[in-house]
Amino acid sequence: MNVAQRIQQRFPDGFVKAVEWRGDMAVTVTRDRLHDVARLLHDDPDLDFDYIVHVSSVVWPDDEERFEVVYEFYSIRKRHRIRLKTRVPESDCEVDSLTDIWKGAEFMEREVFDMMGIRFRRHQDLRRILMPDDYTEGYPLRKDFPLRGKGWRDTFEFLNETK
Amino acid sequence: MRGEVRLEDQRRTVYKEADPLHPESETLPTLRTEELLLNMGPQHPSTHGVLKVILELEGERIVKATPVLGFLHRGVEKLAEDGTYHQFIPHTDRLDYICAMYNNFAYCRAVEKLMGITVPERAEYLRTIVAEVQRIIGHQFWLGTQALDIGAMTVFFYTFRDREILLDWFDELCGARLTTSWYRIGGVERDFTPSLLEKLRRFLEYFVPKIDEYVVFLEKNRIWLARTKGVAVISAEDAVNFGLSGPSLRGSGIDYDLRKYDSYGAYPRCEFSVPMGKNGDTYDRYWVRVEEMRESVKIIRQCLEQMPEGPIMAEVPSVTLPPKDRVFTNLESMIQQFKLFSQGFQAPPGEIYCGTEAHKGELGFYIVSAGGGKPYRLKIRAPSFIHMGAFDYMSRGYMIADAVTIFGTYDIVMGECDR
Amino acid sequence: MGLIQIGHQKDGDSGVITLSLEKAVNWARKGSLWPMTFGLACCAIEMMAAVSSRYDMDRYGAGVFRASPRQSDLMIVAGTVCRRMAPVIRKIYDQMPEPKYVIAMGSCATSGNIYDSYSVVQGVDRFVPVDIYVPGCPPTPEALFDGILKLQERIMQKRVFTKQPEQVKA
Repeated sequence: MNVAQRIQQRFPDGFVKAVEWRGDMAVTVTRDRLHDVARLLHDDPDLDFDYIVHVSSVVWPDDEERFEVVYEFYSIRKRHRIRLKTRVPESDCEVDSLTDIWKGAEFMEREVFDMMGIRFRRHQDLRRILMPDDYTEGYPLRKDFPLRGKGWRDTFEFLNETK
Repeated sequence: MRGEVRLEDQRRTVYKEADPLHPESETLPTLRTEELLLNMGPQHPSTHGVLKVILELEGERIVKATPVLGFLHRGVEKLAEDGTYHQFIPHTDRLDYICAMYNNFAYCRAVEKLMGITVPERAEYLRTIVAEVQRIIGHQFWLGTQALDIGAMTVFFYTFRDREILLDWFDELCGARLTTSWYRIGGVERDFTPSLLEKLRRFLEYFVPKIDEYVVFLEKNRIWLARTKGVAVISAEDAVNFGLSGPSLRGSGIDYDLRKYDSYGAYPRCEFSVPMGKNGDTYDRYWVRVEEMRESVKIIRQCLEQMPEGPIMAEVPSVTLPPKDRVFTNLESMIQQFKLFSQGFQAPPGEIYCGTEAHKGELGFYIVSAGGGKPYRLKIRAPSFIHMGAFDYMSRGYMIADAVTIFGTYDIVMGECDR
Repeated sequence: MGLIQIGHQKDGDSGVITLSLEKAVNWARKGSLWPMTFGLACCAIEMMAAVSSRYDMDRYGAGVFRASPRQSDLMIVAGTVCRRMAPVIRKIYDQMPEPKYVIAMGSCATSGNIYDSYSVVQGVDRFVPVDIYVPGCPPTPEALFDGILKLQERIMQKRVFTKQPEQVKA
């Protein structure tokens, strides 16, 4: 039984859909069941996804649930991959953090918070990582953020930022 | 005494003597101990780029190390959404700027997976040969700078001397030494000339004894062993949990190399072994990388023997660029080139992830396409960024001087880390 | 002061003593330019290649790379200047003692290069005065040497004991 079917069997309420394209399997789950599904993927001996590849986010401005958080896992012993996705709306963009299962998720989730503004519950240290700590101009990778920034390039105030 | 801070015992002894109410005390001044916050700022003599680490120290030992990133954040992921797929290739050069060819390779593979293009045989061999030459260059650079940081300056000059020979080879191949952009989506830009093949063969003959020459300075050197054995140890389980990859993971004994297990290019047709360490310390990671240089030589030799004749670019006119000499003489090719660069090719909507075994670890591209000529979202899975996540864990209990060793053993490149 | 009065003979013309003293001082300054390790990105690699075995920058006296700004007089800004790094560059520039020179190495330090984005300063000359621009992406070590030699020519023309004239020959 493949991974998607296993998830659907264990969490029928959390499973939304599974898509396979160009050899990659992507499973979408609801936000509330994300942590349980991730726990299953890590602890189950047949699935055994011990390696977290990346955590990233995509924004779809036209949909109601705009933000999509994407996780990719790999099993070194079993040699299979899975992509896990979930959607959150803008009004309540919070997702459970997976740092208690995979320690490597810490920096990856901080980057998602920094670039897209999605918060992770129970993350040890959720603050910006690539932009300065007190950056208030917004979240750069959102589609409504201009490529060239919001006018800081024409002033000299950035020289006084010390963080 | 790795990892154990034995200050409690010392402090008790000192306080016993210094405490005026204690029956055995002498009149010693009271010793005040507190933690020191040291900022190892973005500009520092270690060669690994603009990285700031805030070290909380107890004496000379590190209690907590907080890396502060973002000093080289150039906004590459957002720039990708603004240009076509072809236009992103020079950006990939500058990610891990020491091993530019491999970044190009990783990106072109990802886009070819998205478009469903198969690259011709000869192009696969050419790509693999150049990728392994780049691996040798990258590891020579790493060895030189790691030795320089620890104090062995001579190795730096030796490795850079030999690196220059290969950089001249790249110069003849594609015109640039460092940021090359030789790979294209669907193949490579131009073929090897007979002079290049000859030079490469001669270099391989010259190079194999040179690896022994570098290693002879370090292998039995007591200072090198004292500074690398038992330093920055990470266990296999923790390494996997943190998401480490590449030599950092293989130094701890985990057998994960994408060239073997998710094979691509001409690697399935080559015989090579993947060196693995045991203890997960700096010495093992150093040994893994030196052995990888030897394996690269083997791979290049086999590819040179097996390489067939044939085209160097896939024939998919809607995606791949036409050969440059036809662009200036044939009207159709000129129109094709113009369309591909101004509008881009129409990618099907969907998303893929494609990982490649670069020098530092697994370099992956997660591309989301919503149709159209520009990527909708392009995420770069950079190994250096993920290795920085384990920096705090790795450095606890070691001394300040070991912080510099840890940068080197992870082989962190800030261009990739901050993107 | 004494020397300036001796030198200032007619129409700002410097006399024999100050002229040769000036030349000696300038020769000493150009022959012992101590750069600071300020590699930011890819150009840093070419800067390191310029210092290593094949292209030996030490022959021009500029091979001693000091890590501390207080001990150096040349800052080679090699790489992309990002928003977060800009205050650090300015601070370090201010910490260098006079006379100090700045070389903007590479396209990113000159003008921002292909990174026309929300976090890259479009050239280091926005906030630090630059003496020499070395173009290229990255410039080869020979190009960096060309820049350093031009800087040395520039230094030879600077006035030490008298006021710098308005027009400086490039």
